[in-house]
Amino acid sequence: MIVDPVTLIVALITVATPILLAAIGELVVEKAGVLNLGVEGMMIMGAVCGFVVAHHSGSAFLGFVAGMGGGIALAFLFAILTQILLANQVASGLALTLFGLGLAALIGVGYGGLALPAVFRPFPDALHDIPVAGPILFSHSVLVYVALILVAAVWYGLTRTRIGLVLRAVGENHDAAHALGYKVVRIRIAAILFGGACAGLGGAFLSVVRVQNWLEAMTAGAGWIALALVVFASWKPWRVLLGAWLFGGIAALQLRLQAAEVGVPVALLDASPYLITIIVLVIISSDRSRAALNAPAMLGRIFHASG
Amino acid sequence: MTALLEIEGLCKAYPGVVANDDIFFSIAPGEIHALLGENGAGKSTLVKMIYGLVKPDRGTMRLRGAAYAPGAPRAARAAGVAMVFQHFSLFEALSVAENIALGMEDPPKSRDLAQRITTVSQTYGLPLDPHRLVGDLSAGERQRVEIIRCLLQDPKLLIMDEPTSVLTPQEVEILFHTLRKLAAEGTAILYISHKLEEIRTLCDAATILRLGRKVGACTPREVTAAHMAELMVGKSLSQPARPDHDPGAVLLEVRALSATPANPFGTALRDIAFLVREGEVLGIGGVAGNGQDELLAALSGETRVAPDAIMFKQQGIGALGPNARRALGLLCAPEERLGHAAAPEMSLTENALLTGRLRQGLDRHGFVDWARTRAFANRIISRFDVRTPGPWVAARALSGGNLQKFVIGREILQEPMVLVVNQPTWGVDASAAAAIRQALLDLAQGGAAVIVISQDLDELLEISDRFCALSEGRLSAPRPARGLSMEEIGLMLGGAHDMHEAVA
Repeated sequence: MIVDPVTLIVALITVATPILLAAIGELVVEKAGVLNLGVEGMMIMGAVCGFVVAHHSGSAFLGFVAGMGGGIALAFLFAILTQILLANQVASGLALTLFGLGLAALIGVGYGGLALPAVFRPFPDALHDIPVAGPILFSHSVLVYVALILVAAVWYGLTRTRIGLVLRAVGENHDAAHALGYKVVRIRIAAILFGGACAGLGGAFLSVVRVQNWLEAMTAGAGWIALALVVFASWKPWRVLLGAWLFGGIAALQLRLQAAEVGVPVALLDASPYLITIIVLVIISSDRSRAALNAPAMLGRIFHASG
Repeated sequence: MTALLEIEGLCKAYPGVVANDDIFFSIAPGEIHALLGENGAGKSTLVKMIYGLVKPDRGTMRLRGAAYAPGAPRAARAAGVAMVFQHFSLFEALSVAENIALGMEDPPKSRDLAQRITTVSQTYGLPLDPHRLVGDLSAGERQRVEIIRCLLQDPKLLIMDEPTSVLTPQEVEILFHTLRKLAAEGTAILYISHKLEEIRTLCDAATILRLGRKVGACTPREVTAAHMAELMVGKSLSQPARPDHDPGAVLLEVRALSATPANPFGTALRDIAFLVREGEVLGIGGVAGNGQDELLAALSGETRVAPDAIMFKQQGIGALGPNARRALGLLCAPEERLGHAAAPEMSLTENALLTGRLRQGLDRHGFVDWARTRAFANRIISRFDVRTPGPWVAARALSGGNLQKFVIGREILQEPMVLVVNQPTWGVDASAAAAIRQALLDLAQGGAAVIVISQDLDELLEISDRFCALSEGRLSAPRPARGLSMEEIGLMLGGAHDMHEAVA
């Protein structure tokens, strides 16, 4: 057998985690009615800030905090542009991605290949040694579990709590929410900052845990996949998790197939995770009427309080 | 009886306009008080101040004798003031219970809330299932959601902003029944409307506003509707008039017209049949969302149908596009003024070109003849009294009533043989509405056929020769409009045509 299923699943979960973190953050942002296309930029900022701080401080934890900080800083810029200066969200988001990629490259000059501290793993080594279940369930770094808890928390928060209800209401009809006395702009800014923190954390996971190195443009479109994931998952947290695992699975699988030198062009294998994830998600969300019902009606629309 | 709410000397100015100037009135507990005025009279600003959405510049409000100055709707709700909005402030993708929870300060657990919704809705005769999505509800049911949301807060003062504009006559009856019951229990109701007959049947007192000032107060039951209209408009309105006439030859015949809607939430048209003759006005009534937009699209040519489904002078035109139909003499004015009937960012001249090009010969060899186009736009402006600095102004800058006059005038001046209009006076003040109705009657008088699609039943009864109702995509058989009672119309709108036929 050319591929060992256990190591494949372990690799899948690791590959999926940065995308999952970024996507779950963007899901909350979009549920509040804001379309932030700057996910890629916020992720790469998280990656470089996380790497630099983890290297200097010797603490992976501080690296993660710095990654979130980098994402939040960029998200804050986006929030000011779109919520206070009422700039177009699509243009601002695209600019944010370009700005983030450039700024991260500048900050990261000279950091490639430097040493990093080890990452805390929450479960004792004895558990890793259980056959099959050990590596799959207990061998990961703490962030993997944090990401899963986050998915559950976002699902619970959106569907079962008052804050989640208000957030969905703002994304559904901002004029009505305003008329009822809810602070549309404040709620949206909070959602945008949450999205930035999640994207930044995803980026930091990429540089500090998964690759353990800093490379320019190392996110390689993960932010865009996260964006697509949110839409095709019809804004449902569990479907985002499924989509992220699918992407991670194909990405891990194709690397092994490349190593095994199967007779498929490398370029096609490289592209396969992106292609297959999009195709599967398009099929899942092809029931137009139901997908449309779950889309936040105010997505990308500018709110201007009047009267 | 001591007053529940007293308002004294309330003023609010926006840059360029004084929305409210020295307004005063008071409401007693259990009183149904009408606030009457045209669009722009300052009704909305006034109730927004009472509900805490807008802060007054000057003046005082007292609630149950204590000073009352809500800083936000939250404070107003806490003080016992609740409001049902004119444009529904509901969230379509959320359930009834979630919508209601959003409007409450301290909502109970969702199961308890559902129980309370069911109880209140039964008490006041407003049946409602708390678990349904609001997007699936009819306009009348949506209004119930808002009313129940207010009632759950146990309000002392309930503000209702134009509540009946989207309801069928039967639904209006149910609403009035509920409001009377509330008033009998001691809740004061501030009822905003410009429908005079409704105010006369429902309200105990009325305050009349014009251009931001209070111009009168009366007891609606003791005065005539004409008297209130004069106070509201500031001059006496002439009723649209037309002499009797005999209808001529059939101009447009629609038979077995069925069409699926372009948008997934639209209404399918089912087996629609009617005909209109020269010099006739056909009124098509019905609550919005029952196929009006789809019918207009089929008649205008935006939706193509089978060639023989629409016959214009014995010629099948169902497969022709809008321009071919315009060339023949079938013109349309859709409901949505900004975005459908007119391009918001373009000037009036450019908008005049958009539908007038063909019949007015406004282009030559593919080049626009701007001089002729401007002259055409100017003719519309002067003939229909459109208030604008000039034809270079963007359509967006005009008030709703003025733009509506322009849009209708643009089609009428092209001398149509058949004109289809959807909601010709929606959101238009009373004097402009009267002018538009008169223009439609004059057009019919000149031998054209006019089809008026509207939710305003009074309007349809006033100008139509024959009336039919559109309900869930089906059209009832046309009946002579003269002598038709509201009750009969209500039955037609409810889709119970057969039952009605049997009674008649």
